Amino acid sequence: MADVKGNKLTQSQIEELAIHLENAELEAYEVTKITDDFPDMTYDDAFDIQWEIRRRKEARGNKIVGMKMGLTSWAKMSQMGVEHPCYGFLADYFSVPEGGDIKHDELIHPKIEAELAFVTKAPLKGPGVHIGDVLRATDFVMPAVEVIDSRYKDFKFDLKSVIADNSSSTRFVTGGRMADVADLDLKNLGVVMEINGEVVEVGAGAAVLGHPAASVAMLANMLGERGEELPAGSFVMIGAITAAVQVNKGDSFCVRYQDLGTISGKFV
Amino acid sequence: MMNKEQIIQCGDELFEAMCNRSTLRPFTERYEDITIEDAYHISLRMVERRVAAGERIIGKKIGVTSKAVQNMLNVHQPDFGFLTDRMAFSEGQEMPISEQLMQPKAEGEIAFILKKDLMGPGVTNADVLAATDCVIPCFEVVDSRIENWQIKIEDTVADNASCGLFILGDKAVDPRKVDLATCGMVVEKNGSIISTGAGAAALGSPVNCVAWLANTLGQFGIPLKAGEVILSGSLVPLEPVQAGDYMSVSIGGIGSASVKFV
Repeated sequence: MADVKGNKLTQSQIEELAIHLENAELEAYEVTKITDDFPDMTYDDAFDIQWEIRRRKEARGNKIVGMKMGLTSWAKMSQMGVEHPCYGFLADYFSVPEGGDIKHDELIHPKIEAELAFVTKAPLKGPGVHIGDVLRATDFVMPAVEVIDSRYKDFKFDLKSVIADNSSSTRFVTGGRMADVADLDLKNLGVVMEINGEVVEVGAGAAVLGHPAASVAMLANMLGERGEELPAGSFVMIGAITAAVQVNKGDSFCVRYQDLGTISGKFV
Repeated sequence: MMNKEQIIQCGDELFEAMCNRSTLRPFTERYEDITIEDAYHISLRMVERRVAAGERIIGKKIGVTSKAVQNMLNVHQPDFGFLTDRMAFSEGQEMPISEQLMQPKAEGEIAFILKKDLMGPGVTNADVLAATDCVIPCFEVVDSRIENWQIKIEDTVADNASCGLFILGDKAVDPRKVDLATCGMVVEKNGSIISTGAGAAALGSPVNCVAWLANTLGQFGIPLKAGEVILSGSLVPLEPVQAGDYMSVSIGGIGSASVKFV
């Protein structure tokens, strides 16, 4: 991401924006995108806000249980008008059991996406991480469905604003069958998303940056820019294979994965 | 309903349009009372002309099966047509679209090769699986003899389901070995991934498509025959192509097919 290095915001502005965005998440209300008020903010500022939200949650006793990539398909980037993928973290309370209920009232305007999750068995530290490194470091792959919920009005944002907003993370469901990467054709792996029994989206692994493992490599490389790594045992969601689909209270979903079973859930 | 002379004339016009690479005004504009049955009989006449000119029928196709394609063409039910030996190409062969087609669009799909006849009505998806020898990755390049693809369902059924040419990949897989509803599809054009999809895009499963085709043709007394190639419909949006383009399709658990357009 070519941009001004370093910060344009002060530490206290970063902390205030983190509180502003985290409150919007916790209390489920919309805000205007933060670049409207801070047009000069940098990508470093945006990531600092996200990491400050993460610090606040950990200080409150929440555990960070995984990472996610967002905006990893070319279609999605063009749909949202952004030019690069982004990452976010997953807090413990984001996790919803397979077949479980997701409380729609706790969210603003949720959408669901069919994804895959990689669980690692060795650390990955960028720069220079490639697909081969990711496959070697992967313990197993399993299906995942992400619920995204931008805190921004009408789901409209730019890349800096969405990074600060923890890349729209809010809930996820994982389950189905686990599998070794050697037993899967990840690029051609098909997914079928059904809402209330109707097929609404289909896709294959290659929709994510050409290969699902490329998304994990990009995450390791982006974290490397901050001197961070993905430790062994990380749970990483790769970003949407299908378009994000809006869901309403009462909707149930089932996502079917080639060779990996299904994941279902319900919005109540 | 159209009369017999009109049907023959329309079939002949389509055959000549194909041979001369010219397009026709939509039949649905010229014959307001055209029915799907009329259209089917027009297609039979067009195919009869092709057979008289030396072509051999080797299979059948269903088209317009996915929402993506239905929305693109604004046609909201499947169509069906006949495949001849002249349409079939093999993996690695060049496909002469600039000589033979007018407004070609490529689509990735799954071809079924049958080992038993299927005769509707009453064909179920289990019957289709039991009658399938193997499935093969396929690129179908559709073309329309109707100007600017301004087709309604009757136009495309009359025009033999907008059949153009097709290419079969070099791997055949037993249908027992692959989940045809969830198998993923990735289409690349000139080195870029342009679309992905999965089996369920076509009427919930490509198997459902073949059952639909057997039951629909069964109404006209036509079976799907052992040894025939059945194209089950695109799993991705149609992609316009021109000479010089190179495309490949890969299908999870099945294999891939590639084609160079000249």
